[in-house]
Amino acid sequence: MADAALFEFLHMEMVAELWAHHSDPGPGGTPLLTLLRQIFSREHRTSLYAVLGQKMSLSVLEGMGFRVGQALGERLPQETLAFREELDVLKFLCKDLWVAVFHKQMDSLRTNHQGTYVLQDNSFPLLIRMASGPQYLEEAPKFLAFTCGLLRGTLSTLGIKSLVTASVASLPTCKFQVVIQKT
Amino acid sequence: MAVCVAVIAKENYPLYIRSAPTENELKFHYMVHTSLDVVDEKISAMGKALVDQRELYLGLLYPTEDYKMFRKLHNSYTDVMCNPFYNPGDRIQSRAFDSMVTSMMIQVC
Repeated sequence: MADAALFEFLHMEMVAELWAHHSDPGPGGTPLLTLLRQIFSREHRTSLYAVLGQKMSLSVLEGMGFRVGQALGERLPQETLAFREELDVLKFLCKDLWVAVFHKQMDSLRTNHQGTYVLQDNSFPLLIRMASGPQYLEEAPKFLAFTCGLLRGTLSTLGIKSLVTASVASLPTCKFQVVIQKT
Repeated sequence: MAVCVAVIAKENYPLYIRSAPTENELKFHYMVHTSLDVVDEKISAMGKALVDQRELYLGLLYPTEDYKMFRKLHNSYTDVMCNPFYNPGDRIQSRAFDSMVTSMMIQVC
């Protein structure tokens, strides 16, 4: 089905575009970066750039995922009855949301019953074309940020405030950790 | 079928509110706030009981067969949400949404 490929390509381009400027910190850049450039000396400049730039790009990706998640949180549960409890919402994420976006279900869901959930995907579609094993491990976070935001956004529309992080031990298996924020 | 339509955000402020011009608008704004209180009451009383999206609507103020209207409204709201130029929390300014609400309100009068 062409749909899956379209999203994968778009996502790849999003990541590529956001990281295109990192290798070459030219004269341009945001006001924040310009200010920091003036404050810090030459030796520290490039590494600070790299770190800040990375963090900003990851936030941008996460933010995009969040907004998409918010919309999907309204669109997807059309036929599903309202959720009785938190676990139902998480199951919805693992089944309906994952199927709608990635055309497969989440492989496992674990919880400590105290607001922390670990969702594991053994062949995450956005990583599966990259490698199989420990190669490119350090690049993996870039390809998970959008999806973390997606989960957080969907939860937000369903009334749950959360913090979502992802971890990869070996491609293409990855784990998403959802921590519910109690207010 | 409707003389007043309001979409309320999670933070209890209206994203969209419109009433038929013949009626007193202030009265409807009060009613909207009262109905929010009723929703809160119903939700806190529910606990783990089965909550059906349609049932939530029907159980609220007057049991009618207007869940179709609620469904149309929710579908239009979903369309607004999916618009990338709409930021959640803003007032709803979509013309498509306006015309859907107009069609709902016209059915009565």
